[in-house]
Amino acid sequence: MIGIREVQETNAMIERENLDVRTITMGISLLDCIDSDLESLCGKIHDKIYRCAKDLVRTGEEISREYGIPIVNKRISVTPIALIGGAACKTTEDFVKIAKTLDRTAKEVGVNFLGGYSALVSKGMTPADEMLIRSIPQALSETDIVCSSVNLGSTKTGIDMDAVRLMGTIIKETAERTKERDSFGCAKLVVFCNAPDDNPFMAGAFHGVTEGDVILNIGVSGPGVVKKALESVRGADFETLCETVKKTAFKVTRVGQLVAQEASRRLQVPFGIVDLSLAPTPAIGDSVADILCEMGLEYAGAPGTTAALALLNDQVKKGGLMASSYVGGLSGAFIPVSEDQGMIDAARIGALTLEKLEAMTCVCSVGLDMIAIPGDTADTTIAGIIADEMALGMVNQKTTACRLIPVIGKGVGETAEFGGLLGYAPIMPVNPFSCADFVNRKGRIPAPVHSFKN
Amino acid sequence: MQKRAIITVVGKDTVGIIAGICTYLAQNGINILDISQTIVQGYFNMMMIVDVTDLSRPFGDVAQELHDLGEKTIGVQIKCQREEIFDSMHRV
Repeated sequence: MIGIREVQETNAMIERENLDVRTITMGISLLDCIDSDLESLCGKIHDKIYRCAKDLVRTGEEISREYGIPIVNKRISVTPIALIGGAACKTTEDFVKIAKTLDRTAKEVGVNFLGGYSALVSKGMTPADEMLIRSIPQALSETDIVCSSVNLGSTKTGIDMDAVRLMGTIIKETAERTKERDSFGCAKLVVFCNAPDDNPFMAGAFHGVTEGDVILNIGVSGPGVVKKALESVRGADFETLCETVKKTAFKVTRVGQLVAQEASRRLQVPFGIVDLSLAPTPAIGDSVADILCEMGLEYAGAPGTTAALALLNDQVKKGGLMASSYVGGLSGAFIPVSEDQGMIDAARIGALTLEKLEAMTCVCSVGLDMIAIPGDTADTTIAGIIADEMALGMVNQKTTACRLIPVIGKGVGETAEFGGLLGYAPIMPVNPFSCADFVNRKGRIPAPVHSFKN
Repeated sequence: MQKRAIITVVGKDTVGIIAGICTYLAQNGINILDISQTIVQGYFNMMMIVDVTDLSRPFGDVAQELHDLGEKTIGVQIKCQREEIFDSMHRV
């Protein structure tokens, strides 16, 4: 039988160390909604999402109450809309109409984000893909909770540089259209290399075509719990450090697994995966950067940061894999700048630069996330930063991403405010030298060789 | 299969904490399986394992009423959670 100390440990994690289930995300396939008539397509999309997800929020709240564990977000991901709207959409406005349908339906069922306004263009763009991408600035500025993602490359296909160049422009345009809110639209837009089909986290969640009709994916959290556990092994050797992270990750993931199974049973929707990612929030004591500091760094970004993060990421996976048989999604440590108080502090004091962040993304999920850059950064420079990040993912066979926010009207040293879980961020300097002639080349970067690894 | 819940009570020690909670449980037909309790520096810490197999009302409502009982009447913090969350975290 369970003892009082075990009960106290669990409840201390929840009450004092911000342990929570970050998201229950219902993946819904819209493939069976495809129609060549836009009106009827939007009607079918609304009906299917409503039918599948109408009980999602209520069930999440019930589970939360019965087990005493906060479930912070309830979300929906759908099949990439470029595939769904291809037959019906003749203009970018047609795609925006679908975005508005998604926004309205998501609000109706009460979720806080819906992802999947997406295109998968790792080798090339169809006319529908390109039209959806060109509609992103308008779609994100005229909807509230729809998130958009574009997969620009993969290890097997290489990088579609035409799409990378286009996204540089689209990100700037999205920033311009939402400039009165510190270019908030860009916080809902992410580009990927090797995007997973079952990611429950926003802004990059979409329901891949390899998935079933409806599925539940869970994202756990708990940087505060790992930080607290590491406080008890200050100065200990690496073996002890690793063991502590692993054990903690195991416990955190087991809670996610329990919630996943329970939600799946109550909603009668198959359970997909648990995403092991350590996801921070701007709340004090819920920071991945603080874990790195607890390991012995003065600030995140100091020499040794990449090694510490590699260790953390690997141990989280090793502990989590034992706790759930179905691990997927992004599964690693997130290092968003604006959503993590420790990262914000490190960026503000100058310990953390864009280049160091790029190095850190080689060893963790996911990438350059929620980074505010000056609003006058050139489109081609943004495309260059994206290309670098995509190359890291392509060569290292991992998921990488970019969620950059060029804050229109603001420069280095100023702060962009996004509010809520998205937090705030000091605007970071970008390397001023041009890459325009490189990114303006047409075509794609070929896939890397898969042998001769060194 | 028997379904169990864990009730935890934390707060400043005072007269009638256990009585108040047990009265509520008796009124709702909830059987107590185990109680352990300590007082650390004047603070009351109690854990009860109770049987909720045949609960006639939604579990969430009972948890909320116990929380309210603690906050408004007794002056302690009461949590009532299904046992599985502790089992899954601490038992392989």
